[in-house]
Amino acid sequence: MSITNVLTFKINSDVKLIDARGPRFGAVLTTLVLSAFIVTQFLPLLYWQLAVFTLGAFLGSSPYSFIYRKFVKPRLSDDVPTEDVRPPQFAQLVGFLFAINATIAYTLGASTLGLVIISFALAAAFLNAGFNYCLGCEVYLLIVRAKSAVTSRKNHEDSYNLPSL
Amino acid sequence: MSEYLPILLIFTLASAYGIWYQASRGKVKAKRRRADVNPLDASDFGSDFGSRATFIQFSSAFCTPCRATRALLSDITADLNDVKHIEVDAEKNLELVRKLDIRSTPTTLVLDSDGVEIGRAIGAPKRDEILATIDALK
Repeated sequence: MSITNVLTFKINSDVKLIDARGPRFGAVLTTLVLSAFIVTQFLPLLYWQLAVFTLGAFLGSSPYSFIYRKFVKPRLSDDVPTEDVRPPQFAQLVGFLFAINATIAYTLGASTLGLVIISFALAAAFLNAGFNYCLGCEVYLLIVRAKSAVTSRKNHEDSYNLPSL
Repeated sequence: MSEYLPILLIFTLASAYGIWYQASRGKVKAKRRRADVNPLDASDFGSDFGSRATFIQFSSAFCTPCRATRALLSDITADLNDVKHIEVDAEKNLELVRKLDIRSTPTTLVLDSDGVEIGRAIGAPKRDEILATIDALK
């Protein structure tokens, strides 16, 4: 699956803005759930977080954003800082990819590999919650660059296989 | 005890990275000017450069600080005739991204009056630093 094809957006088109504190609150809950999973190795916690990432990545809404809207936001009175919906959704998609691979690894009995994979998702969620880390800023361009490098190399190789005229 | 080892390791490494991340993002890092460095070509960016300074901002869609950077730089350059702000969609300009070694967004290049890169900031820059950079280019 290609990350760049799942979410395609135009950079300067009108974008949906959301309350920027929502995704950060979600990152706090993700950090807690994944930490609990890593300590206890209780698999339903991983499945739950996988479901949350799936909903966040593909529907743009998750149980965590529901909790935020329902119970947290009404208690906040400051001005609402807004952000483009795409960066947090991209982060959810990356979280989904890590969680699904970790789940597969655990299911196949490769629990050490699964632990390593889900550790990256926890690290990213923790960085987001504690340090305002922007995953899309740091990795998206690298993915696009790597992808285009592979494509251009492939085109180059294909050109060798053309029949000579 | 051993079940807490992985979590301790993750939080230690992630915190170390996070502290470095916050300290380094948004800082304008000066580039030492070398005699053999060629100025950038304004036609690559579809716009003239400023006669005093130019800020070239590389942005992408999945980037919240890009919005803040855009707002800051366009605000600062609005009143200055000799300083320009150019925003580039990194994804659509991969050749420039490779040539200039842009790895993350937002990355803002600071060009002098000759169009030579004299510094760059990775992450949303701070207003004071941008103003100081412009002042230094009088």
